[in-house]
Amino acid sequence: MAILSKEEAKKILDKVIGFSKADGVEANLNGNDGGNIRYARNSVSTAGEDSNVSLSVQTYFGKKSGTATINEFDDASLEKVVRRAEELAKLAPENPEFLEPLPQQTYGAESKTFIESTAKITPDYRAQAAADSIIPATKKDITAAGFLEDNRGFSALSNSKGLFAYNKSTGVDFTVTMRTNDGTGSGWVARNFNDISKLNTTEASQIAMEKALQSRNAKAIEPGKYTVILEPNAAADLLGLMIGGMNARQADEGRSYLSKKGGGTKLGEKIVDERVNIYTDPWNEEVPVGNWASGGMSRKKMDLIKNGTVENLIYDRYWASQKNAEPTAFPGNRIMEGGNASVEDMIKDTKKGVLVTRFWYIRAVDPQTLLYTGLTRDGTFYIENGKIKHPIKNFRFNESPIIMLNNLETLGKQMRVASGGGPGGGGSSLIPAMKIRDFTFSSLSDAV
Amino acid sequence: MKRRDFVQLAGLGLGSFAIPFQMMGNPVSIEALLEMPLTVTQKKQFADAALNTARSGGATYADVRIGRYLNQFISTREARVQNITSTESFGVGVRVITKGTWGFAATNDVTTDGIKKATERALAIAKANSKFQTEPVRLAPVSGYGEVSWNTPIQKNAFEIPVSEKVELLLSANAAAQKNGANFASSNLFQINEQKYFASTDGSYIDQDIHRIWPTFTVNVIDRASGKFKSREAMSAPMGMGYEYLIPKAEDKLSAPTGMILYRNSYDMIEDAATAARQAKEMISAKSVEPGKYDLVLEPNHLGLTIHESVGHPLELDRILGYEANYAGTSFASIEKLKSGTFNYGSKQVSIFADKTQPGSLGAVGYDDEGVKCKRWDLIKDGILVNFQATRDQVHMLGQNESHGCSYSQSWSDVQFQRMPNVSLAPAKEPYSIDEMVKDVEKGIYIAGRGSYSIDQQRYNFQFGGQVFFEIKQGKIVGLLNDVAYQSNTQEFWNSCVKVCDERDYRMFGSFFDGKGQPSQVSAVSHGSSTARFNGVNVINTGRTI
Repeated sequence: MAILSKEEAKKILDKVIGFSKADGVEANLNGNDGGNIRYARNSVSTAGEDSNVSLSVQTYFGKKSGTATINEFDDASLEKVVRRAEELAKLAPENPEFLEPLPQQTYGAESKTFIESTAKITPDYRAQAAADSIIPATKKDITAAGFLEDNRGFSALSNSKGLFAYNKSTGVDFTVTMRTNDGTGSGWVARNFNDISKLNTTEASQIAMEKALQSRNAKAIEPGKYTVILEPNAAADLLGLMIGGMNARQADEGRSYLSKKGGGTKLGEKIVDERVNIYTDPWNEEVPVGNWASGGMSRKKMDLIKNGTVENLIYDRYWASQKNAEPTAFPGNRIMEGGNASVEDMIKDTKKGVLVTRFWYIRAVDPQTLLYTGLTRDGTFYIENGKIKHPIKNFRFNESPIIMLNNLETLGKQMRVASGGGPGGGGSSLIPAMKIRDFTFSSLSDAV
Repeated sequence: MKRRDFVQLAGLGLGSFAIPFQMMGNPVSIEALLEMPLTVTQKKQFADAALNTARSGGATYADVRIGRYLNQFISTREARVQNITSTESFGVGVRVITKGTWGFAATNDVTTDGIKKATERALAIAKANSKFQTEPVRLAPVSGYGEVSWNTPIQKNAFEIPVSEKVELLLSANAAAQKNGANFASSNLFQINEQKYFASTDGSYIDQDIHRIWPTFTVNVIDRASGKFKSREAMSAPMGMGYEYLIPKAEDKLSAPTGMILYRNSYDMIEDAATAARQAKEMISAKSVEPGKYDLVLEPNHLGLTIHESVGHPLELDRILGYEANYAGTSFASIEKLKSGTFNYGSKQVSIFADKTQPGSLGAVGYDDEGVKCKRWDLIKDGILVNFQATRDQVHMLGQNESHGCSYSQSWSDVQFQRMPNVSLAPAKEPYSIDEMVKDVEKGIYIAGRGSYSIDQQRYNFQFGGQVFFEIKQGKIVGLLNDVAYQSNTQEFWNSCVKVCDERDYRMFGSFFDGKGQPSQVSAVSHGSSTARFNGVNVINTGRTI
């Protein structure tokens, strides 16, 4: 029963709201069916499926709230979970930041997040997808390791103020690492879609194999400041960390890269190159997400960075009420405007530089300057006079996305990339490849 | 309680730290955590339903895990509680081998019918995948243990402590920080109880009750005029203990030469929060480090993470074999290096052991998640690489016939696989104190606490930060430093280890949410050590202007 229709979900939630004797109640009903296959050493290693539906009920008395959950849906169970949440609310300490649930919101059009064919993926489909990687790899003296994960799910929310919201979605995430059997070359590719028909694991595996072969016997070059061409997956990792930190409260409190010397925030200030435009849009056809967020807040198209200037910060409902600001639904996707240049075009236009397939193990070093460290991985190449000259050993970088976006040279074509958390988790982004000058590589790594 | 809200709030309080999404179960009431939904007899009946279905469906091996995973997270900031979440996750995972191939399925329908259906799905998955199987699964033998049980030896079950008492402790820690100059203070208490029942066609029925706890905080000091802010996190360690860890005992306090108090098997959260605020305040005007080579004196609550990343992970056999190639990566430590018997992982001072029986450690269990009794074994002996970490289906690739007991799954709904045991640096046998160690250093940095960390996918190149950095000049601590991170290469680093303190300084660091695998799973693991000295390590300055 993992995927309930809008009507089925509403019927259960209406009963839950009806059972409550508290000042108010909010109920969330979520279901998920997922499947995955993992392979390594040119053979399937693990595969599985799981299925779960759960109902979470939050009741409140004044500013005291309590939550309980159940996964049985007969009337007696529904009443039991409401009573349990009420008991818990009565025992809870007051939370001065508690806000009553929202009344019915106006949502934009439904987003195309659910694709029937993705919902019908079978164990045989997954096994074939793995085979499409493994069989060509074995023919080229390469070892494939990959992972395919798909899910279908729904979310429904209802509260005692009359709000009801529903969304269902599908997703598939595919990554593969190809390593040459002499251990000197490695290539990687990632794909993320709502619609399984867009996924071609044979084509993706081919790209990873080519990168593996091209990256054999990498040469060491001196660490330092280089012009880099970041493929969309590499760029997205650093941008995601920057966008994830656009929290208004932290900025107001003085503990964010968006806090200003002397107090206040950098809202309205230009912080990066004026060609940088980043926004969220639930209805974008490449990266659709549900039109509502937690608590039933309506998602809207919203600029985050416009012409290099901080256009909006993310206000939760409590902080918005304190600052007399509009609350902001947490963005479900992140879109950065790109240009027309392909990665090949950018290489042609580069005298001396480094092409980066992806970054790995990125960790915060200094939240004040948004300095991060991490390494290049699975395909790093030296560019000279418009051509890839040779593969190079991986570098460790120490760089801030703010400094990086101030050193922007060229924006390339956009690509959909996963934002982490699997196909049902962290949402997706549409991020361009980009050319950046003076990117700081601080040491060399022997890792392949 | 909405999961995403909680994740966001926790992210706010702990900076780069985020609670892994998959750790969250379903929210339940506090009283419900103390209920026991199934008796051992009922669990055995359900387990047998799975095992019999698997056998009759053609499985050559099957195991079943009936799991009830309880978590309680309390989150506060300054004088208020932000969240109290009690979660429960209950269900069954069934793993089978048929045609030499693994299949796994899980369900929250804990009925005979639900379990049979999950077993049938696991069989179907194994059969679908067997078409492309090139390496049939080979299990190291394990004799059935019959009906046995094991419990974490806790003194006080954290789930039985009133929430009000736990909240009061966290708010007191926040207040102590604010009284000592912090502008903001947030604190969290994580409590985990895994009630897991394992049965296999080998004839084991194992009932285990496992507890873990982690109190932690972050304090912030903000200088509005300069726009600078500094933070300091707790010097606590997550432990495989009950609430007794939060009742401070004098014998567990150690005085560092820096004037700081450090903690062993119990923790004084209020005292540490006050110290943290004073240190964060001092950091606002502390000097920025001059980059270059330094002798590093690394205390256990810092060194534990370096051990974890540069020894624990590279010695996981599944990584070495390539099973993690698409995610966490592979390893520089190869089977050839192990078999040579001469690979100098570190200096003679470096002896590192794996141990899933260490009392109080996060990784301590009686049996792993494939029914293997846990033990202790050496990984690096006097600097030489001597062994790896393995599960039943991989240990034969080392030419060994006995699993190391390293199988773990974060829940009933995830498939178990090889996870790191507790990996610890043995203390020096000859007496050597931390005071003596600092006295012997001419130009160095003493680093305490877990900070920023990053390492490449084969575990060569790493960069680590910390919570607090003290400059050492001519054998004396002279003051705090800012903007410190050290970069090194694993083998070079461990060979630069010239001294380790004796067991008087030995204590555990822990990683509560260690991530690995696809889909990603977390596990908890401890790393013990005494303070150790590493000569001539490259220190960089991480200060920037934006």
